[in-house]
Amino acid sequence: MKKLSTLLAATAIVTLMAGSAWSKTLVYCSEASPEGFDPGLYTGGQTFDASSRTVYNRLVEFKHGSTELEPGLAESYEVSSDGTEYTFKLRPGVKFQTTEFFTPTRELNADDVIFSFERQYKADNPWNKYVAGASWEYFSGMGFPDLIDSITKVDDLTVKFKLKRAEAPFLANLGMDFASILSKEYADKLAADGKMELMNQQPLGTGPFTFVAYQTDAAIRYKANPDYWAGKEKIDDLVFAITTDAAIRAQKLKAGECHVMPYPNAADVAELKKDENLTVLEQEGLNVSYLAYNTLVPPFDKPEVRKALNMAVNKQAIVDAVFQGAAKVAKNPIPPTMWSYNDAVEDDKYDPEAAKKMLEEAGVKDLKMKIWAMPVARPYMLNARRAAELMQADLAAIGVTAEIVSYEWAEYLKLSSAKDRDGAAILGWTGDNGDPDNFLDTLLGCDAVGGNNRAQWCNKEFDDLMTKAKATADVAERTKYYEEAQVIFKKEAPWNTLDHSLVFVPLSKKVSGFVMDPLGIHRFNGVDIAE
Amino acid sequence: MLRFIFGRLAVLIPTFVGVSIIAFSFIRLLPGDPVMLMSGERVMSPERHAQLMADLGLDRPIYIQYFDYLLNLLQGDFGSSIVTKRAVLADFLQLFPATVELSLCAIILAVCLGVPAGVLAAVKRGTWLDQTLMGTALVGYSMPIFWWGLLLVIFFSGYLGWTPVSGRISLMYFFPQVTGFMLIDSLISGQAGAFRSAVTYLILPTIVLATIPLAVIARQTRSAMLEVLGEDYVRTARSKGLSPFRVIGIHALRNALIPVVTTIGLQVGVLLAGAILTETIFSWPGIGKWMVDSVFKRDYQVVQGGLMLIAAVIMVVNLIVDVLYGFINPRIRY
Repeated sequence: MKKLSTLLAATAIVTLMAGSAWSKTLVYCSEASPEGFDPGLYTGGQTFDASSRTVYNRLVEFKHGSTELEPGLAESYEVSSDGTEYTFKLRPGVKFQTTEFFTPTRELNADDVIFSFERQYKADNPWNKYVAGASWEYFSGMGFPDLIDSITKVDDLTVKFKLKRAEAPFLANLGMDFASILSKEYADKLAADGKMELMNQQPLGTGPFTFVAYQTDAAIRYKANPDYWAGKEKIDDLVFAITTDAAIRAQKLKAGECHVMPYPNAADVAELKKDENLTVLEQEGLNVSYLAYNTLVPPFDKPEVRKALNMAVNKQAIVDAVFQGAAKVAKNPIPPTMWSYNDAVEDDKYDPEAAKKMLEEAGVKDLKMKIWAMPVARPYMLNARRAAELMQADLAAIGVTAEIVSYEWAEYLKLSSAKDRDGAAILGWTGDNGDPDNFLDTLLGCDAVGGNNRAQWCNKEFDDLMTKAKATADVAERTKYYEEAQVIFKKEAPWNTLDHSLVFVPLSKKVSGFVMDPLGIHRFNGVDIAE
Repeated sequence: MLRFIFGRLAVLIPTFVGVSIIAFSFIRLLPGDPVMLMSGERVMSPERHAQLMADLGLDRPIYIQYFDYLLNLLQGDFGSSIVTKRAVLADFLQLFPATVELSLCAIILAVCLGVPAGVLAAVKRGTWLDQTLMGTALVGYSMPIFWWGLLLVIFFSGYLGWTPVSGRISLMYFFPQVTGFMLIDSLISGQAGAFRSAVTYLILPTIVLATIPLAVIARQTRSAMLEVLGEDYVRTARSKGLSPFRVIGIHALRNALIPVVTTIGLQVGVLLAGAILTETIFSWPGIGKWMVDSVFKRDYQVVQGGLMLIAAVIMVVNLIVDVLYGFINPRIRY
């Protein structure tokens, strides 16, 4: 009986897909299988592309192609004068998707918002552990459990967040994937049927595309949501063809088997650009790669030693060798596309002679150090071993002996954050929400020592600026604090800032309306394809 | 025969327990843990790490975890993926047909080409044909699968445009998975062109996966044939005036096939290992790709469950091969 019903459901889906025709179908060669379809549970970009950016919406959204916020499911919001209360007015008439597996009977209301957040931090909420090992990683990582005091329903279309303290990045955090709004009515139905796990397998939201089916590790199918509050999309169907190998993704794109692909190999970009049927979009990624000294261990506790080492490294040579030019030398800990980037800061000039002299003046002779090279390629650092080798050669030129060490990735992440780490570690960061706090305080704040702050650097002046910037919602004022913080950072040099990489999205010329996103999101609302 | 089968089944039990210990400990020997990898560059506090490890039951002594796992296994529960939260057995059953389909096609291709090539090389021993066939087999055996796959894709799909690049069937076809075997499901679906599409998507991965077994089978067939061709009974058959076809095809080949069948049985393991790379290149949604992803994510449940299920399949295939001996050579009695 169960098999028969599955078959009938699948047949119905087929009919539905067949009915919608193949003509207006956009195929996206995604880079990996989604971990699941509940964006609160995961941290992977491929999961967000497949769930939160297709099926769901948030109270506020990042504008297409920018880190600026715009109204989402909340058409307006008010912040109390002390910055601890956010009141959101929900957009009326927003419908949840109607699918083969659920037909909603009501529109979006405050209950859905409260449900979407409370399940992530209230241990007594039945949805808090609805799948084994549910960890709500982003919710926790962004500090929400310690920040949110309460979420209350003012009326059906008004919801109020009360915070324990003023926190300016809060709003930007609400634009992140984990803050997607789910249907409480659907959740209640699943709970009543004893099928809660389906929330992670058959997503249902208010977003531009309705989930149709997931063929494990092969493809994900969506159709345009006819009831989408911002209007039905121009394409009828959206298919994610899961293609893990970047070289194969490029071949599929060239063969016309897909229309858009993320993350090409740096070596393939030139050839893709030559293809007359393709366009290669490029943008500076919202990322930074760095070499973090351990500022708790002598002689790296002296800023002049760190600066001298920075001046010994030819960063342009690293960018040329590792990225074949597809990156820019970094001088600040935040990328140039981010608001408050301080372009007036001057980078430590590559000058081996001066570096050698500075080391001598600091009383450092025959320095031996370790350089930690990541064992994996990340968007901000494609080959850390190669970068380390180049640094090793540069440091040798000023009489510093560097030994390159590496560990398995999970081990590397763990050991590199230890306070007594021996050596300087290469690592990096990709922004979560476009807020400078997400780089500066997360990676360099005193609270992050022994954690994300791999330099173990705690500077009171810098930290005070972070605290002040968090306490105000005034962007101009915050910009001032962050600009000042970047000056202190450069003077103290806890890192050698290495690069900001470029990100490429090759796509078919048939595709129009696709906008690259600084947050690394791939979204398809507003996209069209020529038949 | 039945006694033999039951005897072999009895031996499978300790083997299975041994495999479970290896599968369980192998993934845990690797540095790092799944909780650590969940958070990526973002560092998790030690308290939170400990809490999540406890939530997953990974904070308990390892022997307790193992016995718990064994107990669940006996009840047919392979656990759920730490990452996707889906049941391991359900995922395996969904993905395994794809691997079997590809492996079957590859082994059929390898046997169909490898056995005749080996026979031909043996019969024409020392000639240019022998040298060419065995030289090609050696090249095939030495070829790195990843490089070979990519080369075929670039040439046949990219340059000539004869075959699709990757996947199991054109995305324009979408029908329910009934058997999990795309060739069969595409026929059942009744959608025009679906079967043809499924066949075209199978060509390149089949060639890539068949390359090494083909080379091994060809070389094994050649050496087995050479041994048999020197036997007295073959000389007798020849002197009786039997046609070369009967001498080689019936008298020699049948006896030469015994070690070849053993080799084919052993290739099942090789195929599953090769499937890991082939599936990654061709985005083939099978268990090879699934297992590799899980190792990288330290998804203990999937790795140990997957290994157990794969080991079970290999053990059963080897049992079948042993039984087949009796049919190929009636002199073998159990």
